[in-house]
Amino acid sequence: MKYGYFPGCSLTSSAKEYDISLRKVIDKLGISFDEINDWSCCGATSAHVTNHKLSTALAMRNIMLAEQQGLDNIIAPCAACYNRLIISQNEIGKHTGIRKETEDLLSVKFKKDVKVFNILELFLKSGLNKIIENRKRELSELKAACYYGCLLVRPAAITKFDDAEEPESMEKIVEATGADTVDWNYKTECCGAAHSIARRDIVVDLSKKIIDDAITHGANVMVVACPMCHTNLDMRQRAMKRKYPDHKEFPVLYLTELIGLSLGMDEKELGIDLHYTNFKYADTLLNNSAKG
Amino acid sequence: MSRKADEIMAADTLKDAKKLQASFISTEPFQESSKEKEKEKDNNKLFHIHERNVSDEISERTFQDVSLCYQCGKCSAGCPVRYYMDIAPNKVVRFIQLGYYEEALKSETPWLCAGCLACSVRCPKEFDLAKFMDAVREIAIEKGVEIKQENILKFHKAFLDQIKNHGRSYEVGLVAEYKMKTLDLFQDVDSAPGMFLKGKLDLLPHNIKNRKEIKSIFKKTSGKK
Amino acid sequence: MKIGVFICHCGENISSTVDCPRVADVCRTYTGVEYSVDYKYMCSDPGQNLIKDAIHKYNLDAIVVGSCSPHMHERTFRNAAVSAGINPFMVEIANLREHCSWVHDNIEAATRKAIELMRMAIEKVKRDKPLTKIKVPITKRVLVIGGGIAGIQAALDTANAGYEVVLVEKEPSIGGHMSQLSETFPTLDCSQCILTPRMVEVHQHPKIKLMTYSEVERVEGFIGNFKVTIKKKARHINEDKCSGCGMCITKCPIKKKAYNSFEEDLAFRPAVYVPFPQAIPNIPVIDETVCTYYKTGKCGMCVKVCDREAIDFGQKDTIHVADVGAIIVATGFKLYNIDKKSADSKYKGYGEYGYGKYRDVIDGLQFERIASASGPTSGEIKRPSDGRVPKKIAFIQCVGSRDDSKGISYCSKICCMYTAKQAMLYRHKVHDGEAYIFYMDIRAGGKMYEEFVRRAIEEDKVKYIRGRVSRIYEEDGKYIVKGEDTLAGMPVEIDADMVVLATAMIPQDGAESLARTIGIPYDKYGFFNEAHPKLRPVESTTAGVFLAGACQSPKDIPESVSMASAAASKAIILFANDTLEREPVVAKVNEDICAGCFYCMKVCPFGAVEVKDVKDINGIVYKEVAYINQGVCQGCGTCTATCLSKSIELAGFNNEEIFAEIAAL
Repeated sequence: MKYGYFPGCSLTSSAKEYDISLRKVIDKLGISFDEINDWSCCGATSAHVTNHKLSTALAMRNIMLAEQQGLDNIIAPCAACYNRLIISQNEIGKHTGIRKETEDLLSVKFKKDVKVFNILELFLKSGLNKIIENRKRELSELKAACYYGCLLVRPAAITKFDDAEEPESMEKIVEATGADTVDWNYKTECCGAAHSIARRDIVVDLSKKIIDDAITHGANVMVVACPMCHTNLDMRQRAMKRKYPDHKEFPVLYLTELIGLSLGMDEKELGIDLHYTNFKYADTLLNNSAKG
Repeated sequence: MSRKADEIMAADTLKDAKKLQASFISTEPFQESSKEKEKEKDNNKLFHIHERNVSDEISERTFQDVSLCYQCGKCSAGCPVRYYMDIAPNKVVRFIQLGYYEEALKSETPWLCAGCLACSVRCPKEFDLAKFMDAVREIAIEKGVEIKQENILKFHKAFLDQIKNHGRSYEVGLVAEYKMKTLDLFQDVDSAPGMFLKGKLDLLPHNIKNRKEIKSIFKKTSGKK
Repeated sequence: MKIGVFICHCGENISSTVDCPRVADVCRTYTGVEYSVDYKYMCSDPGQNLIKDAIHKYNLDAIVVGSCSPHMHERTFRNAAVSAGINPFMVEIANLREHCSWVHDNIEAATRKAIELMRMAIEKVKRDKPLTKIKVPITKRVLVIGGGIAGIQAALDTANAGYEVVLVEKEPSIGGHMSQLSETFPTLDCSQCILTPRMVEVHQHPKIKLMTYSEVERVEGFIGNFKVTIKKKARHINEDKCSGCGMCITKCPIKKKAYNSFEEDLAFRPAVYVPFPQAIPNIPVIDETVCTYYKTGKCGMCVKVCDREAIDFGQKDTIHVADVGAIIVATGFKLYNIDKKSADSKYKGYGEYGYGKYRDVIDGLQFERIASASGPTSGEIKRPSDGRVPKKIAFIQCVGSRDDSKGISYCSKICCMYTAKQAMLYRHKVHDGEAYIFYMDIRAGGKMYEEFVRRAIEEDKVKYIRGRVSRIYEEDGKYIVKGEDTLAGMPVEIDADMVVLATAMIPQDGAESLARTIGIPYDKYGFFNEAHPKLRPVESTTAGVFLAGACQSPKDIPESVSMASAAASKAIILFANDTLEREPVVAKVNEDICAGCFYCMKVCPFGAVEVKDVKDINGIVYKEVAYINQGVCQGCGTCTATCLSKSIELAGFNNEEIFAEIAAL
């Protein structure tokens, strides 16, 4: 199956490594992408918290482009983009008023039902066997805390792919890479992404709680599928260190990076060196396990 | 039965009926209002409770009636940013239910809401509180209410400006604009240079081709409701 | 035919929008109408006398009353007609109040509509035929389904009135949920102490035939004449031989394979067991699914130790048939399970409370067992996970109840009270312990109930927090309960050692299929429907089937007991007569034109349609036709509307009568 690709703004800048590793991994797994031409921002948090019409129109513009390009299925690796796209689709599906308003704004008539998938659905659909078969590196030393954040599984009535309270799909994928997973509490607790810049204090507190819970439950790496989450959990660890001096650095990987590692790619290739947290820790872990 | 009631019953849809009902009800409290009351109205331009019903407005925008909420507080209990809020999220709903619109619209709580949807997925009444908060913020902006969490609003404005101009988010422009707006020049000094060094931040924006379309979307949606 | 017309003003209820004298005047002009009059209160004594006098004076054959809904006063006017010598089914009511005056405000239009309604009724009454009530014999024996406190009470009351009772219970012992409870609110008396004497009484009562470990398979017939098929499951123990010594149970080598459901899975039981020591009957059951003999053909330890040779591995299920005149359904409730994989798939699980993965997050019945002197901890409050005494305990009310998102909108009614009781018991047993209760509203309507809750707060210092809990996390062996104190407007986090969830009461497993077997309606949750929410609360809509206890809606013990006694007295009232009179409004098949398609059989909600063989002179069956059992038919008319050959007529509402009514419009 060919997918349309909606990278979203973050993957072209602060989350470049997510984009890099995703492309590498799917290439290896034989999945192909067709990037949506001239895609624009989904509107993100800023649009839906201030202007509902704008938010729906910005998201639906991309669905419109996908439709015009003949794409039936699109992948939105950014959890926030994914959420905006499916929620906007759901709104226009449910409320004819909003549909008409949006169609008028974009001078278009939505005909097809373009299906938007998140990154977890992509790997689950394309088959975990492909990952298992192509595994090159032993990752069993890794004890991963799978962090879904808020927007990947909520609202479950619309996302319709995993449980909103105790999701398990990312664990399945991580386990396919050979890494171990831990059961922990804050899988779906919010990191406060929306306030990353304006209220960094909140974000630092929330992210700290999430990392601490992962450590308490025996994790030695966190795996995420959202660029916002990654920014907060990775980049904000310096600020965390300033506020909580006993904070110890904790590696945070994108799911695609972890899959890349298991497929035998090296850290540079996957863009892991672009992270803020010192990755030496995981690095040694990997080398050790490779030797052992 | 009165003529009004007949008219309301004859209305095609529930929405029409509600509008008619509102038209009959809303004017009445002011027909006999004294001059003093008029004055009071002028002093407090934003909140004419009987004149413009915020709770109906919210119900219309979110497709859910605020009376659904039975104030169990589960939303507040699970809210990750609850500790930073001035009033509990359920209280914002309570204020709207009771007509204390000013208290609700001026609260910091809607602005601190991170939109994580924990409240919405756990609500026993299936009331989408996150959506409700969106509408509260939207109305607060439209009414020109003083936003106490102004940095958050400035951030959103700066973010949307980037999209308006480039079609996509442009982080350098965003940070620069945000800092100009807030004059908070030193926050994040630790992360931005790092981002440049790692090649994550591009100095130039990624402009999309059809920026005209984006601009027009912004223009058409910017009008007040 | 001479018809009398009587127009009621209903005070001003009708006359304020309908010009009653004019209606009476117009009616007087219709052919067949001999007499027409209007009056202020036709249902009053003078009003009825007006009718009676007119019948005598004008020699009337039929009357039409324009008044309120027939639901209100059809019976009144029929009785008046009967006392004046007219057949009660020669009385028609035109509803001029609910159908006309109450819903209109234009006098002219409403009056015209009233005249139309009257004309229709007059045309119908012209074609009405006198009908006589149907007489049916009654079998004076009751079937009680369910041996909980409601079933026990209903059985004892009926039996003490001198009638035979068949009491069917699906578990190996009677006693139901009440036998699992520790102490009962608001008196704190021991549940078993007050229940077991009743259980013994049932067992020893000469009029009660007790059938435990049995289920109702089929119900045929109708009020006064039900035929019930009961399956008695094989215990693999010969009941006549067993003395209840319990040697087989003590010696059974299977110790930890099966959870003890009486202990709410907090303990194990052997393969051969009685649910609890005071079980009635005190005869064990062998669980085939775990017994070694049924797996390998070996073991037989129980056989060796039983000196009465009561073990019977070859025993089979047996089928029994009973003839009864009334059925009392008392199948009770069970608790909603927060596990998403549970059998309650109709409802969503509670992921935010861990879907049941936290061992010390238990439900109310589990707490009852822990607090019970006969329970797995001998009444000491201990955590299931490690046996430690919890120093801080949180109770959460309304788990599932009043939660649309999980599929249950109703209030389970008993949780406020039992949670207060449980917190109280905890404080009595763990003196240095802290008890918190998260609640939304305290619903303590009942004698001494509010006082009881206040006692928990004021004397036992239980801390009530108004707010629903959003999430429970496990952290270092503690359970972090995240709530909001909505009264203080402050977030609350309790690090509890144990959490007790007051989960919703839902209908017992199989309630819906039993309802279909008996032919009684149930609501969207599976609770059985009463015939009228206010005036017929213990009757089902099926004649002769009565309801008792929590199978109808959540109920506490006193309510269940009262309802059971009420249901029993309904059965006893029925048995006061030797035959039963029924309204003659029943359907009848014209056998000559019935095509035998039996669509009527498919649509009949009461199972009243049977197949009848039509024989020729030589006694040879030449066709099959539908036959409607007059005892079962409720006169709903579904078959008449469905019948393709138009061969079914409903007495009192036949095609000719209905068409005449329509034609008159």
